[in-house]
Amino acid sequence: MSLLDYFRSSKVGSASLAKERLQILVAHERSSLSQPSYLPQLQKELLEVIQKYINVGQDAISVSFEQDENQETLELNIVLPDLTAKKT
Amino acid sequence: MPRIIVVTSGKGGVGKTTTSAAIAMGLAKKGHKTAVIDFDVGLRNLDLIMGCERRVVYDFVNVINGEATLNQALIRDKNCNLLYILPASQTRDKDALSQEGVGRVLDELKKDFKYIVCDSPAGIEKGAHLAMYFADDAFVVTNPEVSSVRDSDRMLGILASKSRRAEQNDEPIKEYLLLTRYSPERVKLGEMLSVDDVQDILSLHLLGVIPESKSVLNASNSGTPVILDEKSDAGQAYADIIARYLGENRPHRFIEDKKGFFRKFFGSR
Repeated sequence: MSLLDYFRSSKVGSASLAKERLQILVAHERSSLSQPSYLPQLQKELLEVIQKYINVGQDAISVSFEQDENQETLELNIVLPDLTAKKT
Repeated sequence: MPRIIVVTSGKGGVGKTTTSAAIAMGLAKKGHKTAVIDFDVGLRNLDLIMGCERRVVYDFVNVINGEATLNQALIRDKNCNLLYILPASQTRDKDALSQEGVGRVLDELKKDFKYIVCDSPAGIEKGAHLAMYFADDAFVVTNPEVSSVRDSDRMLGILASKSRRAEQNDEPIKEYLLLTRYSPERVKLGEMLSVDDVQDILSLHLLGVIPESKSVLNASNSGTPVILDEKSDAGQAYADIIARYLGENRPHRFIEDKKGFFRKFFGSR
């Protein structure tokens, strides 16, 4: 067994895959955890207000929150319905 | 100033209680009066690892509820007279611990002890939360394995946002990495995350690496903290950790694969 292992040792193991998966996962979880907890509620209420005036779908709004060392950014993106498509 | 150390991990079975027992004994052996508290209410095990399970009369919850004094509940260790154990309650549920009650007991311990080691239960529920809430230092116990590293990262987020130091805007908890069950041979083969890999992800100050070792099971079988097994690799690794924590500069052992050419061919497995 140990003899075999010695010759196989040049083979790439699964550790690099583990590291790659972890780096992606941890970065994602850190960013989602640092978001304020009111974001989903804010998104829901904003959508309700906008839907009073404009006929937009559920996924027309995206709210994202970003944080770096000296500032926090709240980005709000609303996709309005395609007007040219309506005319035809 | 006395210091409160929490031994935490998020994930279960990575070596929190083994580590709590070893470092509490290590600190006491260095001449510091130390108390070690089991926060795992309902699933206590520190008493077993410390070998004092038959001497438990009163527990942590009894003290919080005023049913016993702290001196009645503290068990003096049989190997070191500067070390005391405060066992968890085995019968009550986790709601028996309250933030106010835990704070009160810790304040009382601080009058008499130099170090207070809090052995956290797994998970992020009440027991784990209270174990870390009052801490000054956190020993994050991690295995070189994906789920453990992920849970440790989650725990670091909690330490940074939910502790008393975080809530009161004090200097943050000092966080240290203890990598346990490490197997240099498997790292060399690319089968296991290396110390550097884990540090790249968690970016923590490395206090020490404890190699996968038969001596850990031997120690728990006999109810003696593994640090007392001075001939064992794990015991020496914990002794190094205590020395580093107390400010000594010691090179890391047990990270490199020490197996020679000969043993690789005919090596023990």
